[in-house]
Amino acid sequence: MALNQSGWRPTTPESGSNAPATFTGNKALMLEEALIFEIGSTDTTGVDFSASPAKTGAQSGDVATGPRPSPGNKLGDLFRAKPIGLPGLSEPETVRHYTRLSRQNYAIDLGLFPLGSCTMKHNPRLNEKMARLPGFADVHPLQPVDTVQGALGVIHQLAEWLVTLTGMHSVAMSPKAGAHGELCGILAIKAALEKRGEGHRKVVLVPESAHGTNPATAAFAGFAVEDIPATPDGRVDTEALVARLGPDVAGVMITNPNTCGLFERDLKAISEAVHAAGGYVYCDGANFNAIVGRVRPGDLGIDAMHINLHKTFSTPHGGGGPGSGPVVFSERLTPFAPLPFVERSDSGFHLVEEETAGEHHADSFGRMTAFHGQMGMFTRALTYILSHGADGLRQVAEDAVLNANYVLRSLEDVLDAPFAKSGPCMHEAIFSDEGFPEGFTTIDVAKALIDEGFHPMTMYFPLVVHGAMLVEPTETESRAALDQFIGALRSVAERAKAGDATLKTAPHFAPRSRLDETLAARKPKLVWREPVVASEAAE
Amino acid sequence: MSRYFTEDHEWIRIDGQTGTVGISDYAQGQLGDIVFVDVPEQGKGLSKGDEAAVVESVKAASDVYSPVSGAVIEGNAALADEPALVNSDPEGEGWFFKLTLSDPSELDSLMDETAYEAFVAKL
Repeated sequence: MALNQSGWRPTTPESGSNAPATFTGNKALMLEEALIFEIGSTDTTGVDFSASPAKTGAQSGDVATGPRPSPGNKLGDLFRAKPIGLPGLSEPETVRHYTRLSRQNYAIDLGLFPLGSCTMKHNPRLNEKMARLPGFADVHPLQPVDTVQGALGVIHQLAEWLVTLTGMHSVAMSPKAGAHGELCGILAIKAALEKRGEGHRKVVLVPESAHGTNPATAAFAGFAVEDIPATPDGRVDTEALVARLGPDVAGVMITNPNTCGLFERDLKAISEAVHAAGGYVYCDGANFNAIVGRVRPGDLGIDAMHINLHKTFSTPHGGGGPGSGPVVFSERLTPFAPLPFVERSDSGFHLVEEETAGEHHADSFGRMTAFHGQMGMFTRALTYILSHGADGLRQVAEDAVLNANYVLRSLEDVLDAPFAKSGPCMHEAIFSDEGFPEGFTTIDVAKALIDEGFHPMTMYFPLVVHGAMLVEPTETESRAALDQFIGALRSVAERAKAGDATLKTAPHFAPRSRLDETLAARKPKLVWREPVVASEAAE
Repeated sequence: MSRYFTEDHEWIRIDGQTGTVGISDYAQGQLGDIVFVDVPEQGKGLSKGDEAAVVESVKAASDVYSPVSGAVIEGNAALADEPALVNSDPEGEGWFFKLTLSDPSELDSLMDETAYEAFVAKL
């Protein structure tokens, strides 16, 4: 027989864990990583430029610094006077730096990401495959339209789906994300009011159950914001809202389903009252994933609503890709929608822009962006829609709601659930820190969830719930994944209620433990400065 | 010297025509660690209820409203370097600004200490 004489033997773990400190500070696959400025030396460079003195007029060898005014120096006085101190790293050093940092990150590809209202769900790989097709990925917005008919076709087809799914009249595809979409909708309302000669309507009503961006949007567009209270069951106080309507009210911004995770059941009646009082209804559609295929916002009297393609339609976000926030409009707001948009005729797809808009779109309030919007996200969203179909999209909403209710009912015995008695929740479950002993609050639960290997849920929002924990599991989590998360949150909640002091110092297993947020806010270090070397300081 | 409180948790201490304004101990407790305070400049005219100062904690930024009308005499410069004074001594060293009252009768609409304690107890 052939003997292995290398001396290798399988290791047997010693009992106990007396882990020694390592020389590097690394702990096996958990790597300590310094700032890039501390790794890279300004004396080195990863790129080997040729000196090219002929064109710049530079002297031999010295290409990095100036000033060297010369006939070839087109920057004149703006020429760099001294090195700016960027670290010079080679390609492998750079790749390793960012890959090491990325290992300290949490991502939807690693595990359940329960951030409420953010809809952190799986981004199907088919979306990515389609978005990388050269005919979509390699086009330029200024290409002649007859060379990008396929791309324009994607925009047009997606637009038709969005209009159909929402029961609205038209859609502006160009807004780049949710808040940008809100601004688009509010600017259309403003334009419509001015066209009617009612620019004096300066008040926008925003319920407490709305998204935090809503009042910011209205204020940014020049309106005065007035709060409308929430009822104890977590919905907008319809009576208070209707009572406030009048000739100074431009409209309302309402989030449905709202940030308490509840469907605004009175929305149709609210819309009718707002319209009767001469106002418009903006709906924040960030939570459309809970009702897509089940409810058409157009049937509820909505005048404008943004759709987060990066939430409902599974395009990446949160560092994984840009957002995209198309806005659907009612018939009466359609004339004021922004340019450009794609139209279809017998000869193909056309871009309707300022030069070609003509009288039909003379009332458009202008542009939200230079070009058409997030083409890469359009391709992904349409792929998602076509791969699910109408029945599949309906199931998306049903499963999102089912999963959230599963979380809510699995934990309501250990965590206070303020709206659990209001009936089923929609796509997100909300808990409070009611019942925790003195000194324990939501942040301790969140930090301990990090130790359990989960990204924490949304904390302390909505404001109407004390110590709010807003959990949105999404429809892409399996029962097994949900059970593991529920088990982790239950365990942490029980430790909090028992006053377990180790929670106050969590996380214990993250690359960094509990940070001093107060010190970070009072004395923030925003700029890296080269440490002064002792010998230089003495000179 | 007498002290009054608002429902928005500002206090004002009256000394002749001069009022010193700050936020209550209850308010600092709710805000948590204060990290930044923006006080009004000398000479600024304020009406009762105007946004007079901004107080920022790790948790949130809040406006501080003027309990009465008047002209600002002085903002508390010490808070720029040491916002934590609002936490450690909210109703003393952690005062926000002083102003000359233009209408002392506005004080009648404010709460005294007993009334404010009862108000807070119900929150």
